Amino acid sequence: MTGSREQSPPDIRMSFARHNLSWLDLAPWVVIVGAYFMADGYLPLGTQIIIMIIFALSLDLILGYGGVESLGHAALFGAGSYAAGLFALRISSDPISGILVAGLAGMLTGLITGPLILRVRGITLVMMSLAVATVMLELANSWRSVTGGADGLYGFTIAPLFGRFDFDLFGRTGYWYSAAVFAVVFILCKIVVNSPFGLTIRGIRENPVRMRLLGIPVLRRLVMMYAISGFCAGLAGGLSAQVTQLVGLDSFSFVLSGNVLVMLILGGTGSLNGAIIGATIFVLIADRAAAISPFHWLFALGIALILTVRFAPGGLVGFFQRRGS
Amino acid sequence: MLRFIATNTSLLVDGISYGMVLFLISVGLTITLGVMRVANLAHCGFAMVGGYTAMALMTRADLSFVQALVVATALVVLLGFVLERTLYRWIYTASQLGQILMTIGLVFIMVASVNLLFGSSTQALAIPGWLTGTWEHDAFTLSRYRAFIILFSLALGLVLWIVLEYTVFGAQLRASVDNPNIARCIGINVPRVFAITFAAGCGLAAVGGIIGTQLLPLEPYYALRFLVPVLMVIAVGGLGSLQGSLCAALLLGIIDTFGRYYIPTAGAFIIYITVVAALLVRPQGLFARG
Repeated sequence: MTGSREQSPPDIRMSFARHNLSWLDLAPWVVIVGAYFMADGYLPLGTQIIIMIIFALSLDLILGYGGVESLGHAALFGAGSYAAGLFALRISSDPISGILVAGLAGMLTGLITGPLILRVRGITLVMMSLAVATVMLELANSWRSVTGGADGLYGFTIAPLFGRFDFDLFGRTGYWYSAAVFAVVFILCKIVVNSPFGLTIRGIRENPVRMRLLGIPVLRRLVMMYAISGFCAGLAGGLSAQVTQLVGLDSFSFVLSGNVLVMLILGGTGSLNGAIIGATIFVLIADRAAAISPFHWLFALGIALILTVRFAPGGLVGFFQRRGS
Repeated sequence: MLRFIATNTSLLVDGISYGMVLFLISVGLTITLGVMRVANLAHCGFAMVGGYTAMALMTRADLSFVQALVVATALVVLLGFVLERTLYRWIYTASQLGQILMTIGLVFIMVASVNLLFGSSTQALAIPGWLTGTWEHDAFTLSRYRAFIILFSLALGLVLWIVLEYTVFGAQLRASVDNPNIARCIGINVPRVFAITFAAGCGLAAVGGIIGTQLLPLEPYYALRFLVPVLMVIAVGGLGSLQGSLCAALLLGIIDTFGRYYIPTAGAFIIYITVVAALLVRPQGLFARG
């Protein structure tokens, strides 16, 4: 092991308390409600931010808490996206059952691919996670009769929420709808990471061999966490499909996997708050910068990634925690 | 019958040449991974930089293919050496996640720079006249270029093997791998050995990138697109094993080529199924020691 991982003995009381609810957890809601009234014209962007926050939270579950370096998290997002699109296209345009189907599709993908990815370690794990996303992309590209190939899925409509709130052009319904899903995911994540199950996951991150010796079925626990993460990522994908009423191959792309990883790293892993802060800042900047010049943006992203890992390994959250203490 | 044999022979040649290119690109990474324990995801980027540098030398400086191959490889070796002495010092001390992220950051920088300098279209190097064309005999045809790839990379592999097994430097490297602390105690300059190995690995990747442009065409996302097959070769071959990488590269190259020919509908997936099956049997890699 490299020396940088070693920490002072953890304060047990703190490690339980740190992840419980605090007043700070209300901050995103203040922002969400505030943004609705302050920045009316930017609601589609706000919706985009909320979707990416959900996606980054799902990655935090498995990467931040489980220590699994997945470079193919878009596989789970895309599964949800395509499931929601197909459900709306073929079965029903009801948004709520559609989003549930999307979450379940993400979970199922996690359950199937999880054992393949999680039973290996290190660079092989990175390779497997990349390979799974590549296979999903290839499948979506070549199975044209179902997925629409390179054109993706389009031309489906989403029925009004509760039969009353239309998904209008200004994105008001989409905004609140996404915020509601975010609330569910956030509470789910809080419960999961604070449960005994969540603690064993953190234990596995710190020392898998020792957890094994303690009698914890390491692989099974990790797959469970991966499935939960898949559920959340599927919800994010499903939201994206329903709100934009478009599903494309890019929902499986490496760019998406890479972006969500960068969001989480910039914000800070293993605290949930990092995912929220990172995704918000990333999408806000990317919205402007990528429009001006996508490749300059990529260049800046590369440098930001290297400098963050070097000088602020805990991301923004870690940086401010250090400053504060 | 003759036709069947001829088809399969030419498929085999295609598969072997593809495998040899994969081997050249991945061999440097398997050594850095096995030896220095660095998850260097930017390795494929060095192949891309090599390919683009050779293209620039050929089109803008009017060098011949062979000259461009030599000069571009030397430049990439230099680049690898400089980066090893600077950026990779940071990367060495990071955790594994940190290494992955930093090298992905480096890939982003490479992709952006290449796109800025060469545009986003897919390109391949022009093959020199003496390598174009085929030898034909009855139903059998053999592309000269494929034969060149196979022979050239075999020769390089042989040189590599001799250097590692029979030279003082090879002995120093093997000693540094087995136990860096003891190696340092008996006076081996371990960081220098690693720096040279790293730079040489980058050079080999560059050679693979340059001679392989007909099989793996150049484009800005090259460094990411071909990262998956390269990592597969390393995972199946077992980390740090030269012979393992060679066998795995040939195996994957041949299976991929045959699969795409005989089962076109599922062709793209066969290689992944093979890898998953191989790793189910031997999670440490098919050819791993121990």
